Amino acid sequence: MRKKSFKRAFRDSLPIMAGYLALGIGYGVLLQSKGYSFWWAILMSCTMFAGSGQYAGVDFMASGASLLTTAFMTLIINCRHFFYGVSLLDKYRGTGIFKPYLIFGLTDETYSITATVKLEKDISPKHYYFFLTALNHSYWITGCVLGAVLGMFLPFSGEGVDYAMTALFIVIMVEQWLDTKEHLPAILGAVTTLVCLVVFGAQYFIVPALFLIAAEMVIFRKKLDKTTEEAHEHD
Amino acid sequence: MTDLHPLWQVLVMAAVIAFTRFLPFLAFPEGRRRPRVITYLGSVLPYAIIGMLVVYCFKGVSVFTYPYGLPELIAAAFVVGMHVWLRNTLVSVFGGVAVYMILVQLVF
Repeated sequence: MRKKSFKRAFRDSLPIMAGYLALGIGYGVLLQSKGYSFWWAILMSCTMFAGSGQYAGVDFMASGASLLTTAFMTLIINCRHFFYGVSLLDKYRGTGIFKPYLIFGLTDETYSITATVKLEKDISPKHYYFFLTALNHSYWITGCVLGAVLGMFLPFSGEGVDYAMTALFIVIMVEQWLDTKEHLPAILGAVTTLVCLVVFGAQYFIVPALFLIAAEMVIFRKKLDKTTEEAHEHD
Repeated sequence: MTDLHPLWQVLVMAAVIAFTRFLPFLAFPEGRRRPRVITYLGSVLPYAIIGMLVVYCFKGVSVFTYPYGLPELIAAAFVVGMHVWLRNTLVSVFGGVAVYMILVQLVF
């Protein structure tokens, strides 16, 4: 069972491997170019494990931002994770000793898989989640260190490999689209984010987008809510 | 004396990121009743957030300057087409990456 869980997790992690190695190498090169050795790459990718959070972090470090500014900006960039947790409360229930690590390692990419995956009966969910999170973490650390150590000397151009992340999210969206008749959440999520990107700009759009999306979901609750219908039947 | 400020910054960032991830699980612990609206949000948000993440990936694309986001759009259309056709995640993702790399390195 554990072996099967690992196999499935490994297969599902392959697109993320490509993306994380590419983004991680880019990150390592960036760190090195700002004068931080690969020890910083190891430290940051082990303790933070956040793509955009870490990229922004290099700027804060290089510019010597105050701890308060650093904390506040990091909070803004990463507050989307709060919404991820809300939709994994049930899936991550009962994962026992793995739970703290699963939560610690909840990146966009890991979330996109665990929140949407449908597992066969002979796969143990908690082991699957753990393997997926740990594999992704290992790709990320490997990429960051590789980039910091030898990024400058890469013999070929990897420009564009990071498109794996975009492609993965598109695939998941198509998969969900074909899987359900209710397309309103997906449409609202994409359109709201697009509008916020145009209105607020690339630096600040994510927080207003998140809160608007949550508000829209609440507004359309009557139409979309399948959980309370079932709950009412039990009342 | 070595400058310890970056180290403190890393620790602060790691703590804040962990906070954003742990908060919902601490606010709504296992075995405790939680508001229905939270359960409801948990059921619809994955669909909305994937929509958000797709747009999020395109945030750096400039539509008004050459190549007008064409490589991103062409590769995205390829990924959608491949996936509707074969529904094989690996083929769609790596095919899309290949198309995108060819476009940005050789065509545009």
